[in-house]
Amino acid sequence: MTGAGGRPGPRGPAHEIAAAVRRGERTAALVVDEYLEAIAAREEELHAFNVITAERAREAAALLDRRVAAGDDPGPLAGVPVALKDNLCTRGVPTTCSSRILAGWKPPYDATVVERLAAAGAVVVGKTNLDEFAMGSSTEHSATGPTRNPVDTERVPGGSSGGSAAAVAAGFAPIALGSDTGGSIRQPAAFCGVVGVKPTYGRVSRYGLVAFASSLDQIGPFATTVADAALVLEVIAGHDPLDSTSVAEPAPDLLRVLDDGVAGLRVGVVRELLGEGVDAEVVERTRAAAEALDAAGAVVDEVSVPAAAYGLSAYYLIAPAEASSNLARYDGVRYGLRVDAASTAEMNVATRTEGFGDEVKRRIMLGTYALSAGYYDAYYGKAQRVRTLIIRDFDAAYERVDLLLAPTTPTTAFRFGDKTGDPLSMYLSDVCTIPSNLSGHPAMSVPFGFGAGGLPIGVQVLAPALGEAAMFRAAAVLEEAIK
Amino acid sequence: MSATATGWETVVGLEVHCELATATKLFCACPNAFGAEPNTNVCPVCLGLPGSLPVLNERAVELAMRIGQALHCTVKPSIFHRKNYFYPDMPKDYQISQYDEPINVDGYLELPDGTRVGIERAHLEEDTGKTTHVGGGGRIHEATYSLVDYNRAGVPLVEIVAAPDIRSADAARAYVAELRAILVAIGASDARMEEGSLRVDANVSVRRPGEPFGTRCEVKNLNSLRSLGRAIEFEAQRQITLLERGEAVVQQTRHWDESDGRTHTLRSKEEAYDYRYFPEPDLVPVAPPGEWQDQVRALLPPLPADRRAHLAAVTGSTPAGVALVVERGLDGLVLAAVAAGADPERALTHAEHNLSMEGADRLDPAAFARLVAMEVAGELTATQAKAVLVDMVETGDPPDDIARARGFEAMGSDALTAAVDEAIAADPDAWASYCGGNEKAKGALVGRVMKATRGQADGKAVTALLEERRAAAPGPA
Ligand SMILES: [Zn+2]
Repeated sequence: MTGAGGRPGPRGPAHEIAAAVRRGERTAALVVDEYLEAIAAREEELHAFNVITAERAREAAALLDRRVAAGDDPGPLAGVPVALKDNLCTRGVPTTCSSRILAGWKPPYDATVVERLAAAGAVVVGKTNLDEFAMGSSTEHSATGPTRNPVDTERVPGGSSGGSAAAVAAGFAPIALGSDTGGSIRQPAAFCGVVGVKPTYGRVSRYGLVAFASSLDQIGPFATTVADAALVLEVIAGHDPLDSTSVAEPAPDLLRVLDDGVAGLRVGVVRELLGEGVDAEVVERTRAAAEALDAAGAVVDEVSVPAAAYGLSAYYLIAPAEASSNLARYDGVRYGLRVDAASTAEMNVATRTEGFGDEVKRRIMLGTYALSAGYYDAYYGKAQRVRTLIIRDFDAAYERVDLLLAPTTPTTAFRFGDKTGDPLSMYLSDVCTIPSNLSGHPAMSVPFGFGAGGLPIGVQVLAPALGEAAMFRAAAVLEEAIK
Repeated sequence: MSATATGWETVVGLEVHCELATATKLFCACPNAFGAEPNTNVCPVCLGLPGSLPVLNERAVELAMRIGQALHCTVKPSIFHRKNYFYPDMPKDYQISQYDEPINVDGYLELPDGTRVGIERAHLEEDTGKTTHVGGGGRIHEATYSLVDYNRAGVPLVEIVAAPDIRSADAARAYVAELRAILVAIGASDARMEEGSLRVDANVSVRRPGEPFGTRCEVKNLNSLRSLGRAIEFEAQRQITLLERGEAVVQQTRHWDESDGRTHTLRSKEEAYDYRYFPEPDLVPVAPPGEWQDQVRALLPPLPADRRAHLAAVTGSTPAGVALVVERGLDGLVLAAVAAGADPERALTHAEHNLSMEGADRLDPAAFARLVAMEVAGELTATQAKAVLVDMVETGDPPDDIARARGFEAMGSDALTAAVDEAIAADPDAWASYCGGNEKAKGALVGRVMKATRGQADGKAVTALLEERRAAAPGPA
């Protein structure tokens, strides 16, 4: 098997690794060592990780092997290495969000998803780089430096989960977790040529995910195959009493329906996301994907989601507003960085001035302004009304179709520095992904060929709330069609 | 000097924070307990650690509903907001509180004198931690460093906001006393001002009667009913003095200093925070089903006002007259004793005057009724009855045993009759003189009885017996 860009690929999909380890045909120790070797070979070049947990990974693998030897079944991800975005809390392992303000902070607890992965036998190999506090679309806004796209190291891997996308694309781990607030899983997945899923809001517990914008954040998997993404989602999804917004539903049954095909499913191509600002090669790939679904028996049509065009503006008020509140706690009093000063208030200011990068400061200021007395209705209030309209438009579309199809990104991966000078152009790279975060609906990016320079292009399958099963069926058909 | 005496009217609006008596905190499973070692009742949630999320404590919602129902509020579907401001004792630098959609609205509280104070809202929110400034006499500006204890962070609070219906310091005290009684009666809070589980802020303004409300100042740091009253009186007078000098009252938050008996500027309106309230995205709306509300209502114990009315009716007193007994929680004892046959007035008098001690509420009503009966029957004097009561509370022994042990039993009515008859027999002259209408001769007879009983006979009862005997005696009357 070859990976994205024709480089040496992953050492087998996750479900095969787990099957072999469970049967005792491969040891978890050996699997982990193979992946650690792959990391050692290329990590310096790519900088996918903020921390590599080699020692812990080897210990965990040894323990798994002893359990298998004793006749125990470690679970569906037995011995599978996983890379975690560094905004997921890991007990005793630094969790920095790629920010100076959390440098050295070791959480006293594991995120729910981390617990669930461990309970399924997965082995954490490291914490991956991100745009600081997940604010960005290129992983250039990281206090630990940018991650490079394994396909073309002159280009960004996308963001904010760029480290996780790069790790999977480079074969550092067969699976990874990211978080998606405005496209932060799907956009880097598309840029790096891997599968990336943003589940329905509430499908996966946010407990232990360091919050950026609480009403939009959702954890999801990266994988090299649709089946592996389904496997991981089955493990991490399902109600969690520690997250009040987690839906009272068991994890969806995905692997069982993966081969069901799309015959009879109605699929709508989103008209508004094929227009201005989207590169021709991306539009071409999206139309090709529509044809592939049509050929597989789906009923394909074009549909309109008019309010989707306003998603970006609404998003850049709602997300910063929530972020301005979520990031208030980094004040130097309890954990992380403290820059001493004469009074508590001055210490707060000095710490935050030193600890946060420019993009984070920009969004805190935007959000603070949007919530200020006298401006709330005009900004935050209005953005919430737009959000309601977007949900209404999606609901209307889903009365006519079962799934929607759209590009994941307007362009392929861009070069370093291309957009850092102009925040707005950076924000525009999320135009296709943001509507799903505002509506809370699931969406996933599937690699569907390449553009100029052999750069991967992803197409996005969108589904109504809790519609992951149909979404994965379509993704599996697309994956099969592009083989 | 009272404000009204000078032609000014004091207007007070009270905001009361009470800590709910839940086992755990509002959004996590940490114990809600007072007095633990600093920072021992904490977890990622109440410390606001990155990634942690709040989960609403159902019991806190139940107690908040109880408070709302006891204050005759409408219980409504509600949501939580974030109140954003930087403060070191607030772990997330925002407080999760209810803002424009609180759980309870539009109620009232009735004072013992019958006046009603409107309740605008009673909403749920989380408490903050507690900062101790070390050095510089405990003041923040001179302190060398500060320590924060987060044990209290996340403790559930209900903030009860009263309408500006109160017109005097006395009424303000009565309001807080009544509110405290209600909170304790319904088991929602232990409501101790000294421990901070009941905290009162007073909005004080003055005006000429009939004129619109004046500019108000919020007074904080009121740690007892006494400081509440003193602070309101001081603040009203301060404002009156300003206005009479032709100066304006500036809207601000003021701090009551118990030691110098004055209020001091804390911050002005211009320095007030912009809290940037917005709906808390980590929590879902709270919509207590009607069925749950009904269950909570059904379990609501009788409220002090109802208990006062009932006790007054049973004992023939007034609601104000029985207020102290209800406040002490002894109305149940009195009612049960009356049901067991005790004289209502005597039972009430004992509860009011002789049962202020700890443990009085655990008195056995039947035993209490027996004591009252002994007293009414003249077996015990009022003084003896009180002494027996004290022993009953202390030991739990029956009144007859205590009376006997103390040597009071000789004063049973038979014993007293015997003593009177002995006195008559011993001094026939005095008896004849008394029967002849010489009231002074009675003194010698009473004296004999007293001597014989070592002073334990009830003088009135002895006189009554002598009169009874004389009326029954043959011969000239
Ligand atoms: Zn806690």
